[in-house]
Amino acid sequence: MTLLDVDIGFHYRQGPGIECRWQDPVDTPRVTVFLGASGSGKSTVLRCLAGLERPQRGHVRFGDQIWFDAERSVHVTPDRRNLGVLFQDYALFPHLTVERNVAFGAHGLTRPEVARRVGELIEAFRIQGLEARLPGELSGGQQQRVALARAVFRKPRLLLLDEPLSALDRATGDEMRDELGTLIRTLGMPAYVVSHDRADALALADQTVLLDEGRIIQRGTTQDVFDAPASAAAARLVGVDTILLGRIASVDNGLARVTVGGQEVRVAVPAAVGHEAALCVRAEDVTIALHDASDVSAVNRWHAVVRSEAPDGPFVRVSLDCGFRLAAVVTRDAWQRLQLKPGDAAWAIVKATSIRALPRR
Amino acid sequence: MDWVAVGLTLKLAALTTIILAVVGLPLAYWLATTTRTWRPIVDAAVAVPLLLPPTVLGFYFLVSTGPDTFLGQLYTLAFGGTIPFSFAGILLASVLYNLPFAVRPFASGFAAVDRRLIEAARCLGASAPRTFATVVVPLSWPAVLTGLVLAFAHTVGEFGVVLMVGGNIPGVTRTIALAIYDDVQALDYAGANQASAVLLIFAVSVLAVTYSLQRRVVPL
Repeated sequence: MTLLDVDIGFHYRQGPGIECRWQDPVDTPRVTVFLGASGSGKSTVLRCLAGLERPQRGHVRFGDQIWFDAERSVHVTPDRRNLGVLFQDYALFPHLTVERNVAFGAHGLTRPEVARRVGELIEAFRIQGLEARLPGELSGGQQQRVALARAVFRKPRLLLLDEPLSALDRATGDEMRDELGTLIRTLGMPAYVVSHDRADALALADQTVLLDEGRIIQRGTTQDVFDAPASAAAARLVGVDTILLGRIASVDNGLARVTVGGQEVRVAVPAAVGHEAALCVRAEDVTIALHDASDVSAVNRWHAVVRSEAPDGPFVRVSLDCGFRLAAVVTRDAWQRLQLKPGDAAWAIVKATSIRALPRR
Repeated sequence: MDWVAVGLTLKLAALTTIILAVVGLPLAYWLATTTRTWRPIVDAAVAVPLLLPPTVLGFYFLVSTGPDTFLGQLYTLAFGGTIPFSFAGILLASVLYNLPFAVRPFASGFAAVDRRLIEAARCLGASAPRTFATVVVPLSWPAVLTGLVLAFAHTVGEFGVVLMVGGNIPGVTRTIALAIYDDVQALDYAGANQASAVLLIFAVSVLAVTYSLQRRVVPL
């Protein structure tokens, strides 16, 4: 078993740094997302892994290779670690064509070998027809595919992705996230993704690592981390709203029925039957009613039991049990009008259009 | 026209430019990328010929390379002959004196190259020299060319250092600038005028080329 063994301390001259320690088997193509707010040090972790920063303390070992060891003054430079790095803004070489960008890591290969590999990647990453273009002439999505093709040219042992979707607008980002997930799976190499967007973890990650103020505050399967954040900081990162993980039972007219905790959630999901999906429900999108109202347009109406209530300024935060836990927030006036208290039965109503669904692969 | 002086001047300028490319490019890259605390000292050492009178540089150069000095003896041992009043002497001195004219444009060009591109190249398996040759220089070539052109042109027009270090030996160290000085001393105003006009036109053309290059730096 090959192990990535990291124990590093890195501090900038001013400001905070990181203190991180973890071990991961890297034989299997597993996707790990480092989730953290901006300034949490997540990019620094990635830069230390890549060898772009030199930590002050600790070690980084990859199998029997020592990439970094502070005590022994070992620091293997990035070019000798054989990693595939995808930079936040892709960092394509503006003076080289798409083809020459992809083949940048080709030194040491013969001409026919290079041509064959470039051909393979251009096909796999669907950048046919763009070979002779310069990066400035590509869309954001195309740039990302070119950058990824370039990063995996040398068949790296690890893939490192720094905020891979943040350079794209929301709609393109959602589309590319799906595609990125598929590509990473196809490549079959372990990947570390750094992100501030929990959508990336929900859609891409087998393992999620939560990072706060330069420290790992929780690490586990994505399901476990999102189901049970271990601390307030972790809860803030995974979001206080409801995240439901379920399996798509059926799809008709583009609307899926997703089974979650014995309940059925209806939502538009860009995935087929049998796939898993993460459903994000914002607390402010939940309507609480005393009776089931079949005369409203909302298709998701669940019988619920009020578990707890907590005032929050002009609002009241309510926790409902619908077979799964559902967070709701309503105005104080509305809450007084309903006269509900913990233990009472009620109905939770959520429009299918206000649920964000992320396919999980 | 003193064609011997013209040939000698061009040879001096060409060799100076080549040496500055070899020494100056890595030095400039180091200056542009290092975060070492003593960088300003190196920066200052490179730039000091801009402020010093050529006579000061020439004086210290003579003092430190004379036949009795360590450097002078080392040179004699390795190549025979002496540094002062030889072509090798004026070549070395003009490399030192022209360092800022080459290194400063190089360094500002390199500093303008996006660091992420350099990091991307390193992560793609390129060594530091390879990254320099395939990413940094292609993205800052107008600055590199500017530095080389300025160094060449400034060497062609150099007077003080060459006179101090080389004396004024026809065919050995007498450059065109010195020939003009001799012409004027000999009251040969026609000869001086001819050579001066050539130098003037040369300088204006070089500056025009340089400025047009600098405009190219921006859109690239």
